[in-house]
Amino acid sequence: MKQPHELREASVIGTSPPRKEGVAKVTGKAVYIDDLPVAGALYGVTVRSRVARGHLRGITYHPGVPWEDFHVVTAADIPGENTIALLEKDQPCLADQRINHPEEAVVLLAHPDRELCERARRLCELHIEPLPTVFDLDESLDGEVRVWGDDNILKQFSIDKGNVAEALATAPIIVEGDYATGAQEQLYIEPQGMVALASPKHGITVWGSLQCPYYVHKALATLFGFPKERVRIIQCETGGGFGGKEEYPSMLAAHAALLAWKARRPVKMIYDRHEDMLATTKRHPSRTRIRSGHDESGKLLALDIDFRLDGGAYMTLSPVVLSRGGLHASGPYHCDHVRIRARAAATNHPPHGAFRGFGAPQSVFAIERHLDKVAAQLGIDGAELRRRNFLAPGQTMATGQVVRDEIDLPELLDRALTMSDYARKRTEFARLNAESASRGTPIRKGIGLASFMHGAGFTGSGERYLASVVAVDATPQGTVRIRASSTEIGQGKDTVFTQIAQDVLGLPSHMIEVVRPDTAEVPDSGPTVASRTVMVVGKLVQSACQELRRKLSEGGLLGESYTPTEFASACDIFHQLGGVLRVESQYQQPTGIEWDDKTYKGDAYATYAWAVYVAEVTVDLTTYETRVDRFWALQDAGKIIHPVMAAGQIEGGVAQGIGFALYEKVVWKEGRMQNAQMTNYIMPTSLDVPDILVEFDDRATRLGTPAAHGPRGAKGIGELPLDGSAPAVASAVQHATGVLCGAVPMTPEDLMQALEAAR
Amino acid sequence: MRLTLTVNGIERTCDVHPLARLLDVLRRDLSLPGTKEGCGEGECGACSVFVDGKLVNSCLVPAMQVAGRDIQTIEGVAPSAELLDRVQEAFLRHGGAQCGICTPGMILAAKALLAEHPQPTMAQVREGLGGNLCRCTGYTKIFESVIAAAALPAIPPSAQPSALEEAKR
Repeated sequence: MKQPHELREASVIGTSPPRKEGVAKVTGKAVYIDDLPVAGALYGVTVRSRVARGHLRGITYHPGVPWEDFHVVTAADIPGENTIALLEKDQPCLADQRINHPEEAVVLLAHPDRELCERARRLCELHIEPLPTVFDLDESLDGEVRVWGDDNILKQFSIDKGNVAEALATAPIIVEGDYATGAQEQLYIEPQGMVALASPKHGITVWGSLQCPYYVHKALATLFGFPKERVRIIQCETGGGFGGKEEYPSMLAAHAALLAWKARRPVKMIYDRHEDMLATTKRHPSRTRIRSGHDESGKLLALDIDFRLDGGAYMTLSPVVLSRGGLHASGPYHCDHVRIRARAAATNHPPHGAFRGFGAPQSVFAIERHLDKVAAQLGIDGAELRRRNFLAPGQTMATGQVVRDEIDLPELLDRALTMSDYARKRTEFARLNAESASRGTPIRKGIGLASFMHGAGFTGSGERYLASVVAVDATPQGTVRIRASSTEIGQGKDTVFTQIAQDVLGLPSHMIEVVRPDTAEVPDSGPTVASRTVMVVGKLVQSACQELRRKLSEGGLLGESYTPTEFASACDIFHQLGGVLRVESQYQQPTGIEWDDKTYKGDAYATYAWAVYVAEVTVDLTTYETRVDRFWALQDAGKIIHPVMAAGQIEGGVAQGIGFALYEKVVWKEGRMQNAQMTNYIMPTSLDVPDILVEFDDRATRLGTPAAHGPRGAKGIGELPLDGSAPAVASAVQHATGVLCGAVPMTPEDLMQALEAAR
Repeated sequence: MRLTLTVNGIERTCDVHPLARLLDVLRRDLSLPGTKEGCGEGECGACSVFVDGKLVNSCLVPAMQVAGRDIQTIEGVAPSAELLDRVQEAFLRHGGAQCGICTPGMILAAKALLAEHPQPTMAQVREGLGGNLCRCTGYTKIFESVIAAAALPAIPPSAQPSALEEAKR
């Protein structure tokens, strides 16, 4: 469709207006869940198991609080199915007879007095007869202690291309390595919270801090056995998610709703930081074994990858996390013979779940560390080794997907190397480190890199099954309302959707309203995950706005170009004529995308963002501290709609990736997190984050053929920076110290051990 | 117990639990929820407020300790309903806020550091914000916001078009 005249001159796409909800945020007026005033609300608390696995034999309510004033909920009070419906129904909402992990919820308590709730929680004793446990991923795979299903395996698949066994048998050089990543806490600064209201007439209404209103909706409808219209989920301003508010909010909403249903009063449940860190999901710990075959130039001849995830006690989203991890495991490299075996195993840890990157940061870490190992073994520079193996358009990935993205990885690499002055520093630091070693001084410098890609949108046929819908309507005053279940969680969805609508409709920002996600007001446009919001849902916003405009034009109410006032009067007349000025747009899988869920063959993702990240570090061999001095993040993620917010996504993701690499260590004991406090679980502060130089390329648009899948050639970027940051830092640590750094987090203690082992 | 204190220039009196934290008094008793609780142990700085012009973590301050003192919260930062403080303005323009939960505390910390260093170096900015955690931004856009705020006049002239208006457009 032709754009209004003024838009051809100055599109809002590619500009950086202040964020739509920004004034509310900088003035403290934005309403988060704990800020919501609720008259007559009770506080709800959760009584949890301290035991990792066992039979629940009884519950004692010890004297010390007026128990008769409390509302008490156990599994017996659940009106519908005792499950948190997601992929499978294996996870109960409240444990009934069996306990499968520490912090599993058993009893819920509500009372008007918050302090009394806390006291009551401590007076509620659970009698649990312990059962054998398994906490180690590989012990779980051995299957000696069975904790889930017949074999502890939550999901497994393999990706096969060519003939790996034969290619390994004939390859002149074989390199083997084991790599591992730890659990990571999302650590959104706003802890999880929900407010629930229940009435026999209207059913359940829940307000909360969440990413995916329709996930919560499905879980509650199942839990209560209610038809869909009796459950309503409303998102409050959400203080960060990063995946941590993808599936867990269904659990907390279920608990709040059960208490509200029993008490017939509103119930507020807000976790404190300690409970949030103990009980909610974390990034899946991973182990990867790689065996690769090469010729003397380093060219990949065969790649055999065994990728394993610790899923924790229940399935939650582990199969999907495993899929994304497996599909990113061979990196942006071409190889004719690939085998990727992927398994997610159950343990008695609290379930691991969604975290930005969703399996890819784990598998990308492994392949990138492995390439540095290969480079060291062959005496080739890591950058050069990658260049010799990059995928090019027309070549096939491990699933047989043909690369159709307009991409030139050697060009991206060159740009990153130039930006960071890589070649000079590589030599210079090696010389300085040798000098320091001979003088016995402790400072070492290193520079390293990672190259990687991240698939945008749901894996495989996920988007086709979701069939997301966006609705757009216009009021008689000409206000255009975008209705989508995508949530604003800080990433800038409200602003970017507004820009996309403005681009189509040629209206000022204040005439575009992005409706707050509320299942009574917005259709299901899918969850706010998988780097899909701009590319997939944004495209639906674009097409719905185009349809709205067409509707007005076809009625003869709107010319080819118009002023905002003319648009408003067109809407007014349309309404007066009795028309319904509302349109819907539903996802249609583009032609040419084929995926087979059973064989893991085909187009795993419609398109990818591609990136090269470079890190420069200083390691102090007295304290074993690693400091990231500078960081360069270069990516091609298609058209950038809002450059300031897009850069903000990358910078924030790099900081989280640095935390993943160096600081953020979950200490486990019998399946329970021992450092569930901000005091001893350390995330990067303003003093730890380096200068981060972010650059975006959009080669496809440069060449006049914008990427087809998102609005104006946009792709996904949200998760991308998590994939490459940790391996780039580890690569630099290897350059500085000579230690491979095959496991993260690499805390000072870990680095000391690794260096002593290498001596 | 009865507590009287001045909050954002207005004298307020309320009955509080003897062990109540300043954070709870502000949020629950005085209905000023702009001050946030991120950790409850003085690590994250989301609950930062000024007490007699000094930046503190209100989750660590017993309310009775601030009887008669002068408190400023995020609600008292903008000069009027129509105007923003230069730090708020800069955060809005430069992407200093993402999810917004750390923003109130971060803005107060930025104001504290600008009071001490009117033209701060990057090192002073990093140091000044060291007690306030942000999980979204990687701090870069916050640093840019603070440096940009330092270049703006401390009291915005009402004629100046603000990001507030731009956001409305």
